[in-house]
Amino acid sequence: MNVRLYIWQRGTAALMAPLVLIHLAVMFYATRQGLTAHDILGRTRGSIAWAMFYGTFVVAAAIHASIGIRNILVEWLPVRDRAAAFLSSGLGILLILLGARAVFAVVFA
Amino acid sequence: MPQADNASLTVSIWRGGQDGNFETYSVPNRQNQTVLDVVTHVQRHIDPTLSYRFACRVGMCGSCGMTVNGRPRWTCRTHVSKVAKDGKLQIAPLSNLPVIKDLAADMQPFFEKWQKAGGVFEPSKSRAEPVEPIRPNEPQRIAADEGIECINCGVCYAGCDTVRWNDDYLGPAALNRAWTLMNDRRDSAQKPRLAAVAANGGCHACHTHQSCQEYCPQSLNPTGSISLLKRLATKAYLKGELKP
Ligand code: SF4
Ligand code: SF4
Ligand code: FES
Repeated sequence: MNVRLYIWQRGTAALMAPLVLIHLAVMFYATRQGLTAHDILGRTRGSIAWAMFYGTFVVAAAIHASIGIRNILVEWLPVRDRAAAFLSSGLGILLILLGARAVFAVVFA
Repeated sequence: MPQADNASLTVSIWRGGQDGNFETYSVPNRQNQTVLDVVTHVQRHIDPTLSYRFACRVGMCGSCGMTVNGRPRWTCRTHVSKVAKDGKLQIAPLSNLPVIKDLAADMQPFFEKWQKAGGVFEPSKSRAEPVEPIRPNEPQRIAADEGIECINCGVCYAGCDTVRWNDDYLGPAALNRAWTLMNDRRDSAQKPRLAAVAANGGCHACHTHQSCQEYCPQSLNPTGSISLLKRLATKAYLKGELKP
């Protein structure tokens, strides 16, 4: 961990905190209102706002998680910084791809 | 004369190098004896080949650190009555450091990291110039005061999980030292020092466990110093003054 990774990790955490709260509120609302998958997709399809919301979340989560995993690798496995950075960047890219696929599915598909 | 009571202490002491083992000795249980007294008794009366380190015996030199019943301590100021469990003591060298022999741990990595963290004072003036006055009530002086009584005993270093997990981590004592120097305006190496503590293995690797603060025999708070270093480095980085 160095100062740059530290700022990115704290920054993405601060960004995700309100997004998580909004996400939970939306889930709560959807189940309370008994919205079906069809209803939900009806609202998210073509919505730039939801694409931005979850797109931002995916990117922040991927950055946050990969920095965390990098630290865990350095501390728990006999890997040095460079190998840990390589492995965790791979994980970050995977998370972005999986997340982007999910966002694409609810907004554009 | 110290008074002997009937009971004796069962003391297991680490013997040998990195892959040594504990050996058990029976030592008289005296009133007011310290863990260092017990070790000294074993060396003087039972086995003169026992190696250990001490100098001042009064908590000033920082050379008597050992692991006592699983916890790092300064042994010259640790009373047996406070730490013995059911009349038993287990004494090992400090953790997180290579073992030289018996109770003597190799402090070299500890002091190398001290230097790596910029723990050396770099003067900004020559001896020909007048001494710069620093008043006791200056905020920076007050901040430095919180951390300057470190005796380099390595107790915090031995008790820090992050040191154990991360070979590159500079550790609580070195970072605490760096923080005191960051508050010394006579020092001329603040920039490289801040870069050193903001790099991989520096202050941002600290998990804020506070074991160092809990174990420090001088009641220092390296965790606090490290948090303030993090803040200093973060600000400098955001201003573009620091490139990790
Ligand atoms: S607070 Fe930081 S330096 Fe102190 S024991 Fe925990 S990780 Fe180590
Ligand atoms: S900070 Fe405390 S425990 Fe650590 S080396 Fe200094 S005096 Fe010892
Ligand atoms: S012998 Fe000097 S601090 Fe213990």
